[in-house]
Amino acid sequence: MIEEAIRAAVGVFVVFNVVALSVLVLVLLERKFLGRLQQRFGPMRVGPHGILQTVADALKLLLKEDFTPATADRRLFQLAPFLVIVPIFLPFVTIPFAPGLVVRSLELGLLYIVAVPVVSALGFFLAGWASDNKYALLGAVRYAAVLVSYELPLLMGAIGVVMVTGTLDLVAIVEQQAAWPLLFAQLPAFLLFLVSGMAEGNRTPFDIAIAESEIVGGPFVEYSGMRWSLFFLAEYAGVFATAALTALLFLGGWNGPLLPPLVWFLVKTYAVIIVIFWLRGTMPRLRIDQLMNLAWKGFIPIAFLNLVVTGAAVLIGGPGPGSPLVILGGLATTAVSLAALSLALRPRRRSDVRIGFATRPGDDVADRPPAASHYSIP
Amino acid sequence: MSFDGALVAFGIVAAVAIVASLGVVLARSVVSAAVSLVISLMAVAGVYVLLLADFLALVQVLIYGGAVTILLLFALMLSRTGRDSGLTTRHRPIATVAGLATAIFLGWAIVATNWFALPYAQLQRVELPIIGTALFSTWALPFEVVSLVLLVALIGAAVIARTGDAP
Repeated sequence: MIEEAIRAAVGVFVVFNVVALSVLVLVLLERKFLGRLQQRFGPMRVGPHGILQTVADALKLLLKEDFTPATADRRLFQLAPFLVIVPIFLPFVTIPFAPGLVVRSLELGLLYIVAVPVVSALGFFLAGWASDNKYALLGAVRYAAVLVSYELPLLMGAIGVVMVTGTLDLVAIVEQQAAWPLLFAQLPAFLLFLVSGMAEGNRTPFDIAIAESEIVGGPFVEYSGMRWSLFFLAEYAGVFATAALTALLFLGGWNGPLLPPLVWFLVKTYAVIIVIFWLRGTMPRLRIDQLMNLAWKGFIPIAFLNLVVTGAAVLIGGPGPGSPLVILGGLATTAVSLAALSLALRPRRRSDVRIGFATRPGDDVADRPPAASHYSIP
Repeated sequence: MSFDGALVAFGIVAAVAIVASLGVVLARSVVSAAVSLVISLMAVAGVYVLLLADFLALVQVLIYGGAVTILLLFALMLSRTGRDSGLTTRHRPIATVAGLATAIFLGWAIVATNWFALPYAQLQRVELPIIGTALFSTWALPFEVVSLVLLVALIGAAVIARTGDAP
């Protein structure tokens, strides 16, 4: 009993520190990678090729003043960052990095991993509300809209995985993918899961809740120093968690030839992370109405279609990531979904194509009669 | 898990639940009450874990910790209810009757339940497939009715948020 407790404590300590340190790596990786995408070098000054830049930034953040606005709700304002960071870190307890390399494998692991981080939304909310700042409040309300919209496709994507594998245990899910990664059998779920994970993690281009250029950072606009860095830490830990889960659920986790399992897991995780950064570097931010349309008119119907097709395929052709009928169903669903999505989301009129600012009167939504407005949420 | 360890854990979780529930009732601002409500609901999830109902605990976290709270706060934030507005409304008599009726019903349920039907040591974890099969066969209709809870939460939040408006 005591041995088990010590093992758990040490495991949690090690895993949390690994995650916190890998955030430093991720931030540097993102800045370097985005720099290369934009034909520049990224940070170059601190250390050789700037590799110590994030360390210096982290130290600077720790030394900055921890400021609480006079009109803020003091208690909630100071509590909120911890409500954000704790639920983001908790899933790492049950993420298997390699066979046997997991703090605590849970029978209901997948449910645990999708259920617990949702609580961090509360932290975002309270941060936005307690700041007593209109941008913060707008960010909080937007985040609620994003979370309510994208939690559904995220969960339904995960349910597709559960239907094919027949288990919620992450280790068992990965072991079933020894020959065929679930990517083929659950291609629609993979896309839904990754994009919804990005939206919930407030990643550009889906980050309307923090959107620096519109609402200057949203819920954490009033934060500084240590408490602000907790939000930052949570965002990148969230990226790591989303990428690790995508690698485990859809890319076969630690399965792979030649290299050791841990290396395979990290290679796949970082490949997904690079895709997330890449999307940030190449896509413009979606407007709120576009984001809501994508979720409610695009992703949720696709998620339902995927569940129906997967269910039928599993019933007829048998479960398992390599089941031919399931793979066929997944590919067909993807083709139909992408075709329908591109048809449904295409601009109907010339004036609906609005990139950047309106140039002619009537182009802007504000210039139209209220009935034509797509903006239902601030 | 030994019985004593479980008892200590239950004591802690139950104390948190009770204190947080008092916070819900006694808090001056609606948002503080909502935060207390979340803490209380999480503590109840802890009780479920101690009763070996892991699935129920996680669903509690997902539905109540996530969805219900978000809907509640969403409605609060979209409304004009600021932090200084009180919770007193002109519906006080109706609220008293409704509160008393609920209290009597819950008190009756507590008294009528046989709490010692199953000793703690004999508790067993119910496998997930059994829960799923039961939910979608025997209990299909109650399950669908319960799924209205989110709708009720949204309407309730809208009603709280509209306090003070013209009817």
